[in-house]
Amino acid sequence: MERFTLRCALLSTALLLAPFTSAQADTADKTIALSNNYAGNSWRQSMLTSWQQTTDQAVKTGIISGADSFTTGENQATEQAAQIQNLILQGYNAIVINAASPTALNGAVKQACDAGIIVVSFDGIVTEPCAYRVSMDFKQSSIDVMDYLAKRFPQGANVLEVRGLAGVSVDDTIHSGIVAGAQKHPQLKIVGAVNGNWSQTVAQKAVAGILPSLPKVDAVVTQGDDGFGVAQAFIAAGRPLPVIIFGNREEELAWWKKQKDATGYESFSISSAPSIASLAFWVAQQLLDGKQMPHDLLSPAISVSQDTLESSLKGLEKGGIVSHVYSVDDVAQLKSPVAH
Amino acid sequence: MNAPQPMTLKPQPQASGAVTPAAARAVNRARLLRNALPAVSLIVLLATIFIMQPRAMSYMGMNLMLNLAVPIALATIAQMLIITVNDLDLSLGSFISFVACVAATLLNDHPLLGCLALVGCVAVYALLGALIHIRQLPAIVVTLGMSFIWVGGAVLLLPAPGGSAPQWLQALVKIKTPLLPFAVVMCVVLAVAVHLFLMRSTWGVVLRGAGGNPLAIAKAGWSLLKIKVTLYAMAGTFGVLSGLFLVGLTTSADANMALRYTLLSIAGVILGGGEFTGGRVSPVGAVLGALTLVLAGSLLSFIRISPDWQIGAQGAILILVLALRTAVNRLEARPT
Repeated sequence: MERFTLRCALLSTALLLAPFTSAQADTADKTIALSNNYAGNSWRQSMLTSWQQTTDQAVKTGIISGADSFTTGENQATEQAAQIQNLILQGYNAIVINAASPTALNGAVKQACDAGIIVVSFDGIVTEPCAYRVSMDFKQSSIDVMDYLAKRFPQGANVLEVRGLAGVSVDDTIHSGIVAGAQKHPQLKIVGAVNGNWSQTVAQKAVAGILPSLPKVDAVVTQGDDGFGVAQAFIAAGRPLPVIIFGNREEELAWWKKQKDATGYESFSISSAPSIASLAFWVAQQLLDGKQMPHDLLSPAISVSQDTLESSLKGLEKGGIVSHVYSVDDVAQLKSPVAH
Repeated sequence: MNAPQPMTLKPQPQASGAVTPAAARAVNRARLLRNALPAVSLIVLLATIFIMQPRAMSYMGMNLMLNLAVPIALATIAQMLIITVNDLDLSLGSFISFVACVAATLLNDHPLLGCLALVGCVAVYALLGALIHIRQLPAIVVTLGMSFIWVGGAVLLLPAPGGSAPQWLQALVKIKTPLLPFAVVMCVVLAVAVHLFLMRSTWGVVLRGAGGNPLAIAKAGWSLLKIKVTLYAMAGTFGVLSGLFLVGLTTSADANMALRYTLLSIAGVILGGGEFTGGRVSPVGAVLGALTLVLAGSLLSFIRISPDWQIGAQGAILILVLALRTAVNRLEARPT
């Protein structure tokens, strides 16, 4: 740990001094592109804003010469593969990817690597070994959620699981964490599962559909962008409100706050931060600078608890998500899953 | 299709009367323009790209820009064969995804079983052709239903994205041909081969005739059933080729990877000068149309317009080319 802080101190000193030395000039003429597969929900919009803010600043201070973002129209792997090939042609030095598919882009990613381009994938990662991966440990965060529920319900509880989009790898990973948590805490019983497709309206409909067939539900685990819809479904059905685990969205936290003020409702919220895009940007910049890094990196999850609810909600714009501004210093603190 | 009276006299009723040489020349000119339009729009696109991004004007550049166009060109040819008999295949994209999943799983682990499955795919397409003809079902509905079956099959084979394309397939699509990139060679060979078969051979005339005037073809003693089965089987074959080529490029598969090929292939056929009815299709045009669609995407990315506008701009390019074609068609239809 001491060595760790020392390294941090050294790094920040180096970064402070950087403008006065030639250290930063190494990436001053480099360009980085963002290849994004989808922009249609609040998380992705926050992600693109985060990218824009971080890169604008980096370009202005001369850390890099350009960082453009490209979003495909139809969230299809073939379209994104073509987009990546175009980015190779445009001569970018690094490509940061939020991928439509973990495997179907591998051909294009390999071509980029072969052309000497650094590829960093985040959130929706790619499995091609030559690329770097920055991702939240979804499985661990789901186990954390189950740990929280086990603490809340030492006597046991009926849990309803709201899943994401079927067939998407993130949904599988989160689900495996929930299953592992249920094994760890046998008193938590999963009484049903529905697909909420990461959408408040779909989640509301799905939960409303399964509720009549369920016994008393004590808790609901969600994947984000669905907690508010779940709450609406319970209210509409006239059932007692369970503990709903939220995903850091503004409308979810606002609803939680209202319940907390009215009845002392207690819950927990966890999700990955959309600013993981800027973290991936800094990883790419550091790699361009010649730093060595493991190919698999874990980004921290952001959670909101009963005590931090007010502070998290403050300054959060309508429709936004709790986020965290990453700086280049955070890159040094990223762990690889092996060390985890 | 079941018009009681064959429309023998319908095309150009007054044309057989007094045709002035000037009018004939005008019609010919319009027809030439119509046929040249796909090529012209492609050349304009390519020229713009080369000016915007000189790096694209190289062997590697062309290969990077066009290698994903090959599976789309193959899919477009498959769709064109179906459109030849006035049908529409809405399952093509999911079929190609399914083939890709078969190639990344079965074909890799058990080559013999994989080959059998692919042959089975073509057989299913032939059966579909027979079913649609015998029961006189609307092809759109049948293929729409099939699209769910193909996606379901693909998800069963590959519940989560993954698998691995056979090594020989990956090597095949990466062949480095001299002078011109493999992607360009493939497109030229594809266009010329299908053109020779469909537009120049006797068989091709009969196949297209089944779309243009099925009654006449039936009266001349040809079996419409056989024609439909042949065209559907050929479309299935090109679909299989498209899926194999695609998975060779991406190296692994995903059950949803080619869903957009359905609409892309239809757009490609129409961009290339084909019509939804009347057996009026053009293989060379279809391949050019597919390339135009792919290059339009590249151009937009090179121009660096904001991502918010990219989707709309892609649609605008499509509408522009189609508007041009409608204008040319009107020119052709005008008697004088």
